[in-house]
Amino acid sequence: MYALEMKSITKEFPGVRALDRVTFSVKKGEIHALCGENGAGKSTLMKVLSGVYPDGTFTGDIIVNGRKQRFKSIKDSEKAGIAIIYQELALVKEMTVGENIFLGNEPKTFGVIDWDTLYLEARKWLKSVGLEINPETKVKNLGIGQQQLVEIVKALSKNSDIIILDEPTAALTEAEVSLLMEMLRQLRKRGVTCIYISHKLNEVMSLADSVTVLRDGKTVATHPIGELTEEKIISLMVGRTLTELFPYEPKQRGEKVLEVKNFSVYSPYQNKQVVRDVSFSLHQGEILGIAGLMGAGRTELFTSIFGAYEGKKQGEIRIDGRPVTIKNPRDAIESGIAYVSEDRKKYGLVLDMSVRKNATLAALDKLIRNGVIDEAAEVSTVNRFIEKLKVKTPGLEATVNNLSGGNQQKVVLSKWLMNEPKILILDEPTRGIDVGAKYEIYKLINELVRQGMAVVMISSELPEVLGMSDRILVMAEGRIVGELTHEDATQEKVMMYATGGGASGKTEAVLSI
Amino acid sequence: MEKQKLSFRFDIRAYTLVIALIFIAVLFTVLTDGGFLTSRNLSNLFRQMSVISILAIGMTLVIVAAQIDLSVGSIVGLTGGIAAILQVWYDWGTVPAVLVAILAGAAIGLLQGWLVAYKAVPAFIVTLGGMMVWRGVLLGVSKGETVAPLHESFVQIGQSYLPYVWGYVLAAIMCAAIFYGTARRRQKRARLQLPLNSAASDYGKAFAYAVILMGFTYMMNRYYGIPIPMLIVLVLGLVFLFISTKTGFGRYLYAIGGNPEAARFSGINIKAHMLSVFVMMGALAGVAGVVLTGRLNAATVGAGQSFELDAIAACVIGGTSLAGGTGSIVGSIIGALVMVSLDNGMSMMNVQPFWQYIVKGSILVFAVWLDIATKNKS
Repeated sequence: MYALEMKSITKEFPGVRALDRVTFSVKKGEIHALCGENGAGKSTLMKVLSGVYPDGTFTGDIIVNGRKQRFKSIKDSEKAGIAIIYQELALVKEMTVGENIFLGNEPKTFGVIDWDTLYLEARKWLKSVGLEINPETKVKNLGIGQQQLVEIVKALSKNSDIIILDEPTAALTEAEVSLLMEMLRQLRKRGVTCIYISHKLNEVMSLADSVTVLRDGKTVATHPIGELTEEKIISLMVGRTLTELFPYEPKQRGEKVLEVKNFSVYSPYQNKQVVRDVSFSLHQGEILGIAGLMGAGRTELFTSIFGAYEGKKQGEIRIDGRPVTIKNPRDAIESGIAYVSEDRKKYGLVLDMSVRKNATLAALDKLIRNGVIDEAAEVSTVNRFIEKLKVKTPGLEATVNNLSGGNQQKVVLSKWLMNEPKILILDEPTRGIDVGAKYEIYKLINELVRQGMAVVMISSELPEVLGMSDRILVMAEGRIVGELTHEDATQEKVMMYATGGGASGKTEAVLSI
Repeated sequence: MEKQKLSFRFDIRAYTLVIALIFIAVLFTVLTDGGFLTSRNLSNLFRQMSVISILAIGMTLVIVAAQIDLSVGSIVGLTGGIAAILQVWYDWGTVPAVLVAILAGAAIGLLQGWLVAYKAVPAFIVTLGGMMVWRGVLLGVSKGETVAPLHESFVQIGQSYLPYVWGYVLAAIMCAAIFYGTARRRQKRARLQLPLNSAASDYGKAFAYAVILMGFTYMMNRYYGIPIPMLIVLVLGLVFLFISTKTGFGRYLYAIGGNPEAARFSGINIKAHMLSVFVMMGALAGVAGVVLTGRLNAATVGAGQSFELDAIAACVIGGTSLAGGTGSIVGSIIGALVMVSLDNGMSMMNVQPFWQYIVKGSILVFAVWLDIATKNKS
């Protein structure tokens, strides 16, 4: 008996077929993992299922508990018992746990909210899944992990029997992860069906009953967990082996361009050091990988060097041997530093602006003659970069919002390369980008380094750091705790440094390609 | 192919506004038995819209940068008052009085902009406070009196007309500029191998603009000529159109309004730009104050009251989003024309003032709804 069947689902966006005759069947009461690289179509498929993309904007059938469904909105899918819990939590932070659980669904007598019943019910629901939280606590006072669990309770309270979890453990601590897994196992016993989207294959292996793999918008395979290993899943996801993905080439290391000495950064919010007394150097023609767990201070370190971090900093920065003072991004740009942020939509692009205007935003000074933007020069410069970086866009005037993640990232790269920087800092350069575009970006990085640029690559994706870097610095709790060469580095060594212990040596096999 | 589609869609959006304007004109012409479209009335209408148009030009920049300025009505009153007081009470000449008024506007903008940009007080609060403060200052310095009459030369700023011949000469120069500009743009695009519209469509458009321009001049000349306030709007409009589309400053304003974080990471000095926008707005409000005082030949305590709302409404009707990042000077001026046409037409029909408010308010909401509805569809 299937709780859910999606048959031959095809969903097209202008210029892209995001889903191509995808078939996805989930048995009742199982935990079914949905795996695939970023851009493989997982999120799109779940949006189709939950009615975010209403019936008619895609083709194919959705059958829930044996009945064919046509969801016009999220409300319809909720009625059919489907609840989706997103990576970004949808709780109202200023409200209490109880209020959130029953938001839009409050128990009422004569239109007046019956608060006693509400909190009583909330307490029952929380208890039924083994959560020790006072329902009168404000959500903002809970940790991310607990908030996630509250979301699940909220879904259950609506009598949902199919729960979709999209990357639920991305921001959780280890203790929270095990609490979540325990809760999901409980739910399975109660017959709740769960669709679990995750990159973390160790979680998938220990939790799921079956696994479906998507690649490039198509269903690759569905297997019971017994037939699978992590390696098998990876090869299904990637469709090729890992070494092909990273075009590493040994390089000619040149002069020292950047030297950072005794550098510390303070959080703008609390009087807390987020980077502690860090020293390192960067040479021409090398890729310096920066590895570490979330919150290790990597982004804070490099946004500070770039002059964009709000908090105080102290220490010395030398470029080409000369000490420099960088107070803001303008100073950094003038010293030859470029910074491609980890969140391109927030820090990299003006989404409503055209490709042309975005691409020249950081280098506009060079295109201004007598106070006027030389549009002819602007167009030809942007065209040159679009060609070089193979940006797929309907035209220079297309809004960047309409481009795919990979092409957006290439626009951001164009923007920074236009300034011909000496030092290129890439913060999670391939996050949310499909494999093809990733490979192109890797090749581009190699080419830039060959031409003598110095590249810093911050990445949480271990295979990427290992595959691309000449040298790797590992950060933990604001310090640089280890340095490895390309030849020495293994996932195990990096994780050992990053988790701050040599003893356990146990690694979280974080797979994110 | 895609590119042409995009520009076509944009045109439809721009034309909705023009179509709405034509519809309003036709409606009022029919309802007033042709009275609306007479040279005399149009001349009046353009003089009436000048003050709001000048404010709308500055307000467009402010809103594009995702800010707001609620104090402009009071600045119009205060700067107009300062100019009138200097002239009537202290016998200053017109030129120094006007310059001081505009500088006063800029100085107010500087203070408010500094509070917004460098002290991080929200623009809504700073300028809401400013709205009260500057009105209060006006009341204080003018002692509540109406200051009049002004010199002939001051009154001319608001009331006089460009002589016929000069009107035609100016129109002819502008027509020539339009054709020259079209030819140059086509050359440039051809050189860069960018897609070109057909020569017929490009020159047809230029020809249409020329016909409109000449027709407009003819209509104005059938009365007394092109009103000077209208000319001021035209010049300021062109200057700020140029600033907003052709300079780095303009480009950065759109970027700041669209995504301040991305702008900051691109090395743009957000605070300095924010400050400049408020200074420009203040100076423009000063110009508007001078024009208003000239037109009325008096400065009153209530001058410019609620003009900030008219200016904001004009921008919004013209397609400027209060969220920042989008909007155009031309749209806002057309928006001002729509607002003033409604006022003028309804006044001619002797519609009671209460209806005028109701209609204008409804049109504002309707325009934004229409904009959102069409956007969601595409």
